[in-house]
Amino acid sequence: MRELSAKQIHEKIIAKEITATAVCEAALQRIHSTDSQVKAFLAVDEQGALAAAKAVDRKLAKNEPVGPLAGVPIALKDNLCTKGFPTTCASKILAGWKPPYQATVVERVRAADAVPVGKVNMDEFAMGSSCENSAFFPSNNPWNQECVSGGSSGGSAVAVASGMVPLALGSDTGGSIRQPASLCGIVGIKPTYGRVSRYGLIAYASSLDQIGPLAQSVEDAAMLLQVIAGCDQKDSTCTDMAVPNYTEQMQSGIKGLTIGLPQEYFSEGLDPEVKAAVEQAKQVLQDAGARLVEVTLPHTEYSLATYYLIATAEASSNLARYDGVQYGLRAEADNLIAMYKATRAQGFGAEVKRRIMLGTYALSAGYYDAYYKKALQVRTLIQRDFTEAFNKCDIILTPTSPTVAFRRGEKTEDPLAMYLSDIYTISANLTGLPGISIPCGFNSEGLPIGLQLIGKVFDEQMLLRTAQTYQSHTDWHTKRPILA
Amino acid sequence: MSQDYEIVIGLEVHVELSTASKIFCGCPTTFGAEPNTQVCPVCLGLPGTLPVLNQQVLTFAIRAALACNCQIAQHTKFDRKNYFYPDLPKAYQISQYDMPLAEHGSISIDTTQGEKSIGITRVHLEEDAGKLVHQSQGGQIGTAASSLADYNRTGVPLIEIVSEPDLRSADEAYAYLTALKEILLYTKVSDCNMEEGSLRCDANISVRPRGQEALGTKAELKNMNSFKNIRDAIEYEAKRQIRVLEEGGKVEQETRLWDADKGTSHSMRSKEEAHDYRYFPEPDLPVVYLSEKMIADQQQQLPEMPQARRHRFQKEYGLSEYDAGVCTMSPAMAEYFEDAAKKAVSAKVSAKTVCNWITVELQGKLKADGKEISNSPIASGQMAELTRLIERGKISGKMGKDVFADMYVTGKDPEVIVQEKGLSQISNSDEILKMVAAIIAANPNPVAEYKSGKTQTIGFLVGQVMKASQGQANPKLVNQILRDCLDKNI
Repeated sequence: MRELSAKQIHEKIIAKEITATAVCEAALQRIHSTDSQVKAFLAVDEQGALAAAKAVDRKLAKNEPVGPLAGVPIALKDNLCTKGFPTTCASKILAGWKPPYQATVVERVRAADAVPVGKVNMDEFAMGSSCENSAFFPSNNPWNQECVSGGSSGGSAVAVASGMVPLALGSDTGGSIRQPASLCGIVGIKPTYGRVSRYGLIAYASSLDQIGPLAQSVEDAAMLLQVIAGCDQKDSTCTDMAVPNYTEQMQSGIKGLTIGLPQEYFSEGLDPEVKAAVEQAKQVLQDAGARLVEVTLPHTEYSLATYYLIATAEASSNLARYDGVQYGLRAEADNLIAMYKATRAQGFGAEVKRRIMLGTYALSAGYYDAYYKKALQVRTLIQRDFTEAFNKCDIILTPTSPTVAFRRGEKTEDPLAMYLSDIYTISANLTGLPGISIPCGFNSEGLPIGLQLIGKVFDEQMLLRTAQTYQSHTDWHTKRPILA
Repeated sequence: MSQDYEIVIGLEVHVELSTASKIFCGCPTTFGAEPNTQVCPVCLGLPGTLPVLNQQVLTFAIRAALACNCQIAQHTKFDRKNYFYPDLPKAYQISQYDMPLAEHGSISIDTTQGEKSIGITRVHLEEDAGKLVHQSQGGQIGTAASSLADYNRTGVPLIEIVSEPDLRSADEAYAYLTALKEILLYTKVSDCNMEEGSLRCDANISVRPRGQEALGTKAELKNMNSFKNIRDAIEYEAKRQIRVLEEGGKVEQETRLWDADKGTSHSMRSKEEAHDYRYFPEPDLPVVYLSEKMIADQQQQLPEMPQARRHRFQKEYGLSEYDAGVCTMSPAMAEYFEDAAKKAVSAKVSAKTVCNWITVELQGKLKADGKEISNSPIASGQMAELTRLIERGKISGKMGKDVFADMYVTGKDPEVIVQEKGLSQISNSDEILKMVAAIIAANPNPVAEYKSGKTQTIGFLVGQVMKASQGQANPKLVNQILRDCLDKNI
């Protein structure tokens, strides 16, 4: 089962070679046997998963039509609201909270007959790049369990990379899908802002957050993207543009395609082994018929600062609702203000508090113009950089992360070093552009390296086509970590 | 008082729009439902939920802003106003900061010195907060053992109308609020019910020595729940500030709470304690473009405004200023009057008479019954018909009152009542002459008195004729014929 792709599982179920229930049981079995080593799951929904799988089998037995993901097990990041099932954002402040409603993406994967098996780990409120900020436990990298999974969608990446599920949903605010995908050696897509509904995604930074798929192959990721993409009346920032058929043009190759290489992404701070693997990937794509051109994104050096002002400002407001009044943790105290303080002091972890304070400061009277407003202006400049670069190329290629997976604890004392993990991914969030990370090799220690492609706005097809072409010429994505 | 002071007042009025559903979700807005029965994940601000703008809210707000003669923005956006309070489930209110829906308006008020234009700085949209019930005697959050939150009101659409500091007295503030309320009622965007909290007002007040250009330090007054409260609170506050200055002190910038029971105010928070709301653009809602068509459509929806209508009623129907005011008190009243007046005029009856019957008899009865004109048991056409019967002399004014009382109870047409009761007035001169002759013959003493110059005796004689006719004789004719007979000595 572990060797099968989502597509293959689905096809076998449709062909009745195997039942959805058997697939589900195998996934649950795999979770039981492996998760103690990698700790991807916060909560496994055994009953719900089996019920969903049985429902698929019943439909098939009656020859009723089934959805495009029928019987495929899927893991959900724990910031996606699941009706009646705990959704914690890996935070103590939401421990035990059961949403009374379903996130749009959860509704859609359920409607597509996928089988959600549980909720997976993340950095608390999606703030982090290593999953070490989870209030419960860190997730481990399946390629080396002393290393981090990446984050914040660490649990999603680990669940897929460890072969527990073929598909997972994550969210990406500054690289939170692409970076853990890169560090775990799988595929992760951050769609264009507005391509996928955010309704039911617990907000970190509303103007940057986007939900996307994680999978072993580009094809599987495209299947999942197809199901979750598209207009939603409940999200005013979600576009009503028609969703193209993503798998249709995936095989048409990249002959004549121009790939832009931003010089700013290949300079200081880039691990030489990562650099070498990415250089090699460039060659593969060139050999497949693409033309390589140098492009420049001159405001790249400001992207990190810009991101940490905008994201934290929005977060300071988005996370204000965790006040102990209506739901979640409430610390008892003598008066209202004391209750607020105690609840938030006990409920939030250090990184979340750091970002709330940063964001509160950036929005404060007297500082707004110098920080938040300035950041919005720089965001526009960064957007302009990309518009100009895309006048010269169809797609941009960069490393996903400057390094491979690092040791647990290595960067926890140095927030700035941790923030630098997202240096290559955050621009796609600031600009809203779609990005994908695909495996492109391993370093000398056997840790995976990821390649990032950034596309034009709403041009996910081009990303998928290029990534698929690369995978058809390489076998990095077929490598699996060895777990007991 | 050694110095003459000028009072400067600006008002911030919050008005609940009477849309069927809330501003960012589909929950109903009905007042008075069981606590927390009109809520959903969106208005409860549950994690992961997103707001979606109710288009009806936009049209109502545009209409209200146009009625206040504002310029409507081409595009407008929402911002978050961040503060912690248990009635605000997201810990931020979605409001508008630097790109409000409308700006630069004005409304005209009637003052003792005549008409005065009061500037409207801006009109912006926002969501209402919930309600807290504090479980303690004083009803204060600080001393309550516990507090209960009702989120039914959370997300009810509000417009905030901010005036320029153009008001110069508590009476002007009162006149402004009256005019604004009338406008909002006329445009049908709100029921403006202060008891239900559909209209709320905060006042910014400062004083300065007359002649000085620079504004004095202002205090913001809150917690006034009637127009009278507002007038009292402003008067109190102006006196307080003048006293502070007279005693050589300095007015502090602060927010004060009005205590209507004590008739005083006390400081709620100083400038230092003022909130920093950390406004920033609401990332969950895109910028809203207001098309010219959308604005034109609402312009077309605007009815004639109360002041204009008042002036027209004076001119067109010959009403006094007072009567015109009463007849335009509410759009329903104005429509009722005008409908009756038109019918009356076309029947050659004076609109003034109709007005009297409506404002005195009908209005008095409705008021006594706690009813609104919209629930009047007598239709406007029936009122016109009643006055026609009286002016034509078909019935006397006194009979009219009886007929009116009957109409009010039964809702029947006046003619039907007149017929049923046989009330029709005797206006036949021959018939009256016969009765007059009989009364003169039967009352030689009073007749003699009259003839000897005690002319007031005529009243007695008219009464006798009326009595003989069982009240149906036309009193005017009786009077006239009686006089003729006596004077000519027939």
